[in-house]
Amino acid sequence: MSVDVAAPPTELDAPDDDVIVSRRHRPLSVARTAWSWIWPKLAAVAIVLGIWQFLVWIEWKPIYVFPAPATVFSELGNLMTTQRFWESVATTLRRAAFGYTAALVIGSILGILVSRIRILRAAVGSLITGLQTMPSIAWFPFAIIVFSGTENAIYFVVVLGAAPSIANGIISGIDHVPPSFVRLGKVMGANNYSLYRHVVLPAALPSYVAGLSQGWAFAWRSLMAGELLVIVLGVTSIGASLDFARQFVHMDQVMAWMIVILVIGMVADSIFTTMSRTLRRRRGLAIDD
Amino acid sequence: MTSAVTDVVSPRATGAVPPALHIENVTKVFGADEKRTVALKGVNLDVAPGEFVTVVGASGCGKSTLLNLVAGLEQPTSGHIDVGGRIAFMFQEATLLPWLTARRNIELALRLHGIPRAERPDRAQELLEVVRLSGVADKRPHELSGGMRQRVALARVLAQEAAVVLMDEPLGALDAMTRDHMHDEIERVWERHRFCVLFVTHNMREAVRLADRVVLMSSSPGRVKLDQQITVPRPRRIDSAEVAELASDLTEALREEVAAHVR
Repeated sequence: MSVDVAAPPTELDAPDDDVIVSRRHRPLSVARTAWSWIWPKLAAVAIVLGIWQFLVWIEWKPIYVFPAPATVFSELGNLMTTQRFWESVATTLRRAAFGYTAALVIGSILGILVSRIRILRAAVGSLITGLQTMPSIAWFPFAIIVFSGTENAIYFVVVLGAAPSIANGIISGIDHVPPSFVRLGKVMGANNYSLYRHVVLPAALPSYVAGLSQGWAFAWRSLMAGELLVIVLGVTSIGASLDFARQFVHMDQVMAWMIVILVIGMVADSIFTTMSRTLRRRRGLAIDD
Repeated sequence: MTSAVTDVVSPRATGAVPPALHIENVTKVFGADEKRTVALKGVNLDVAPGEFVTVVGASGCGKSTLLNLVAGLEQPTSGHIDVGGRIAFMFQEATLLPWLTARRNIELALRLHGIPRAERPDRAQELLEVVRLSGVADKRPHELSGGMRQRVALARVLAQEAAVVLMDEPLGALDAMTRDHMHDEIERVWERHRFCVLFVTHNMREAVRLADRVVLMSSSPGRVKLDQQITVPRPRRIDSAEVAELASDLTEALREEVAAHVR
């Protein structure tokens, strides 16, 4: 009698091993893939526009308070021909880029430090999560006075909003690196630096990207709140233009600017989604559509 | 029939060649006081250069602990371990880094081994040819079958040019057919490169199929119970009568040991 324990065949594995288990399917055609990607989004937009138009037809609110889609889009078209529109967009994008980059640098450094240094984790770890739960708009009264209503007040809040998410992304990524990878790195002779460079940080990347994505969402919200609250004299921006339109009850302009904010947010989000999908696909992780 | 297992070879009787791996009176204790567990007690084992040793024992006999100690991932409580060269480790899972292609996984091992950048691609290609996987060099781990992944892991072990290769149930997750195939593969590579191997398994036939020596370990505390030279000529087949008979004798010896312990 023998104690041979042959593992049950768990996967298709031909003895000569020329079977490649591939989970990637080549698209039939690019156009078809693009269409299957775009039609649900078009349908959703159509439904929203339909409800909007319906509410206008039944005169839910007076037309000057709740304008029709056509009015708003033609106003958006008009705005886009003005120099002021592009100046506003440029200012806001510049602020977004600068604020987000600052948050990225601060959050990443903080994340690596906290994950590496035990005492720092005990001290700052829960504080970071605490900061994340704090609505960033609550920082503005403080920031406006401390930075005397300059652009720095906006950057301060944007960084406070975004950096904790980015730091938490990298911390949880590093915490969840499979121990077997670390063991492997050690037996392959990696020192502390090369273990981080070649094993730990690449393994933490998907979680880091998730943190970047969440950080962007917080940064964008904080920025919009900031631009509505902190009006820097002589500088136009998306938030300032939106507030300006509100003061004159130009609802078509208000809604046109809201659409601009929505579109920029969606474009940025799709960049992060694409990054995350590419990463996951390359690693053979499940893709959640 | 039992004569085969009474023939215990003294570890030191292997000759004047210094061992590639020398384990002397190693004890490993985990925890303290009431939670104290003696994983290994007074383990002695010498492995000669180029020798293939398999370690078999009931679960919890400290086989994996022994490998971790040899690899330096843990420190023995007492006793000492001398390793005459570099160590490579093959795990139960292939543990390929999922963000790197098969080729890149091997190149990383070469890099950490200090091979200059310019030499890495050619060297990785050679190693993939050794395990007959050059055709899938640019696939990522998730695109490979379980057997292929372990062959990449084998090529990665070769990249480290180790004198001692530790294998911790490396075929445990594979089905019987693939496992049989991997035995040939490991034997072929080992005969070509002649590193010494310490191979842990709970599969007695596998142990006899591969080994120059089979070491039986008793459990709690783990210690070497029997050290058996396998003289069946190579090439061997796992289902040959000689292998099967030897395996069943050794299994009987192990069973007596387990029974004695339970009693």
